[in-house]
Amino acid sequence: MKVAQIGTAVIIFLVLLVASGAFYTLDETEQAIILQFGEPVGQPVKDAGLHFKVPFIQDVTTFEKRIIEWDGDANQISTEDKRYIWVNTFARWRIHDPLKFYQTVNNENNAQSRLDDIIDGVTRDIITKNKLIEVVRDSSRTMMAIGEDEEITIPITNINPIQQGRTAIRKMILARASETVPQYGIELIDVQIKHIDYIEEVRMKVYDRMIAERTRIAEKYRSEGQGERAKIDGDREKRLQEIVSEAYRKAQQIIGQADAEATKIYADSFGRDPEFYSFIQTLESYRQTMNANSTMILKTDSDYLKYLKKTANR
Amino acid sequence: MAKGPRYYGRDDLELPQIDKRLVYIGIAAILGIWLIFSSVYTVNADEVGVVQRFGRYTVTTQPGLHFKIPFGVESVKKVKVQRNLKAEFGFRTRAAGVRTQYASGNYASESLMLTGDLNSAIVEWIVQYRIKNPVQFLFRVRNVENTLRNVSEAVMRLKVGDHSVDEVIIINRQEIAIDVKDNIQQLLDEYETGIDVVTVNLQDVNPPKPVQPAFNSVNEAKQERERIINEALQAYNKAIPQAEGQAEQTIRQAEGYAINRVNRAKGDAEKFLAVLQEYNRAKNVTRRRLYIETMSAILPKINEIYIVDEGQQGLVPLLQLQKSGKEGQR
Repeated sequence: MKVAQIGTAVIIFLVLLVASGAFYTLDETEQAIILQFGEPVGQPVKDAGLHFKVPFIQDVTTFEKRIIEWDGDANQISTEDKRYIWVNTFARWRIHDPLKFYQTVNNENNAQSRLDDIIDGVTRDIITKNKLIEVVRDSSRTMMAIGEDEEITIPITNINPIQQGRTAIRKMILARASETVPQYGIELIDVQIKHIDYIEEVRMKVYDRMIAERTRIAEKYRSEGQGERAKIDGDREKRLQEIVSEAYRKAQQIIGQADAEATKIYADSFGRDPEFYSFIQTLESYRQTMNANSTMILKTDSDYLKYLKKTANR
Repeated sequence: MAKGPRYYGRDDLELPQIDKRLVYIGIAAILGIWLIFSSVYTVNADEVGVVQRFGRYTVTTQPGLHFKIPFGVESVKKVKVQRNLKAEFGFRTRAAGVRTQYASGNYASESLMLTGDLNSAIVEWIVQYRIKNPVQFLFRVRNVENTLRNVSEAVMRLKVGDHSVDEVIIINRQEIAIDVKDNIQQLLDEYETGIDVVTVNLQDVNPPKPVQPAFNSVNEAKQERERIINEALQAYNKAIPQAEGQAEQTIRQAEGYAINRVNRAKGDAEKFLAVLQEYNRAKNVTRRRLYIETMSAILPKINEIYIVDEGQQGLVPLLQLQKSGKEGQR
C-alpha cells in the first residue's frame, strides 16, 4: 500500500505546513506587514489571496485596506464675524502605508484620535478666518423669497456675494490636513462638513428675527385688507349718494316739466276767454265754499232775487 | 483468560470487533458529505454571489446553483443587488404599512439646518438606494451605510445652505432634491461604494417649530384680508342695486304724477273749451243758466239766508221770520 502511505504522508506534511503557519490568506479587505521576531521586514503585502511566509519566526499583522470612517465631534467655533456656531465634520481615510502606520500610531484607535486633533485643529483654524456666510453658502447665486403678493418671487438683495463658499473651505481643510497625515501612513480621502448650527442663544435670536419678519408681513396683509375695505365702503357711500340725488333731480325735472305743461294747457284754454273763465270758476267756487255753516245776505236787486219783485223783462 | 481488556463487573462482555474497512468507509462518507455541502451553493434570484479564493476575489456568480472549491479554499458572499433600500433623515418610520407610524423621537439634529439667508428650516428627507456594484460594495469602503448617511446629510445641508428659507420650503423643492441626488451619487462614486442612488425625496420641509405660528399667521392674515374685502364687496353689491331700485321708483312716481297732472289739465281744459264753445253760441242765455244753476245748488245748503231790500240802510232791523219759524218748528 505504498500509494496510500505516500498519500497520507503528503497530507500530514501539508497539514503540518499549514499548522506551522507557512501559509496565510489575505481577504480583499486586508493588507498586511510581516514581522520577524517582532520587527517588520519586507514590503507591506496588499494583494488578496494566498501567501507564504517563514513559519514560526515570521508573523503577519493585518490592517484594514478599505476606506475607513472618521466622525468628529461637534465643535464650537467662532467665525471671523464673531458668530458662534457648532461645526461637525466627518472624513474618510485609508491606511496607505501599513508599515509607517504600524511604526507611528500602531492601531486604529490611536489613528482616530490623531485624526481628531489634526482635522479639528485645521477646521477651527480655517473657519475662524472666514465669515459665517462663507461657511454656510456655496455659491453667489441670487436667492429668492416669496414676495408679499405670494405669486411673485423677489430676489434677496441684502446678502453679499461670497468669495469662498462651503465647498472651497472644506477643500482647504482637506488640503491642509492632508499635509500632515502621510507621516502616519494615512491617506485622507475626503473631509466634509456635516453640520453647521447656531449656538443656542444665537438660534433664539434668529428665531426672533424670523418671527418679527413674518409678523410684519402678516400685519401688512391685515392693514391692506382694512384699507381696501374702507375704500370699498367709501365708494359705496359715494355711489349711493349719486343714485339718490340723481333720482331726485330727474324726478323734480319731470314734475317741473309736467307742472309747466299743465300751466300752459290751462293758460291756453282759459286764456281764450279770461272773463268767462273767471265767471265759471267763481260759480264753481260758490258751490265749494257755501255750506251749512255759511250765512248769506242777499239784496233784492240781485240777479237771482230780482224776480221776486217783478217779472218784467229787463 | 486475560485475552481481552479488563472489565469491572461483567466478564462476558467484549468490545465489538469493528472492521477496519468500515471505519475507513465511515470517515470517507463523512468527508464526502462535508465535501458536497461545502462545494455547492445557490444564489437566489435577487442576489449575486461574490467568490473569493483564499481571500482574493475571483468571480461574481449569477442566480442559480454553483460549485466552489471546498474546505475553505473558496468562499462566497451573497449580495442582494435587486433590493431597494431606504435611509430616512429627520424622522423614522416605526412600522410600515397602510398607515406608517412615525417615531416620536426628536431627530432635530438631523433635520434642523441653516439656510442661505441665515434662517433655519426643518428638513425631512429619504434616500432610496440599491447596490449596483457588489464587489466595490464589499471591498472598497468599510461602513457603507454610515458613509451613505454622512454623505447625505452633508450634501443636503450644503444645498439647503445655498438657498433661502422660502426656496427650500416651497420654491425650489424639486430642484434641490435632484441636485442633492446628483451630488450624493458623485461622492459615493468617488469613494467607490458601489451604491446607486435611486431617488432623493424631500418629505416635510417646515420652518422651525418656534417660528411656525408666525409663518401660519401670515397665511391667516392673508385669508383675513380676503375675507374683509369680500365682506365689503358683498355689502356694496347689496346696497347699490337696492338704491338703484329705489331711484327707479322715485322717477316712476314722478312720471306718474306728471301724467296725472297733464291729463287732468287736459281734461279741465277740454271741459272748459267745450263749455266755452256753447257759451260763444249764446252768451247771455248761457251765463244766466249757469248762474241760476249754481244758486239752486247752493241756497238749499245754507241755513241762514237774509233777504234785504235794496233801500235798506244797515242790517240792524232784521227779519226774524226764518229764525222764529225755525224755533216754532222745534
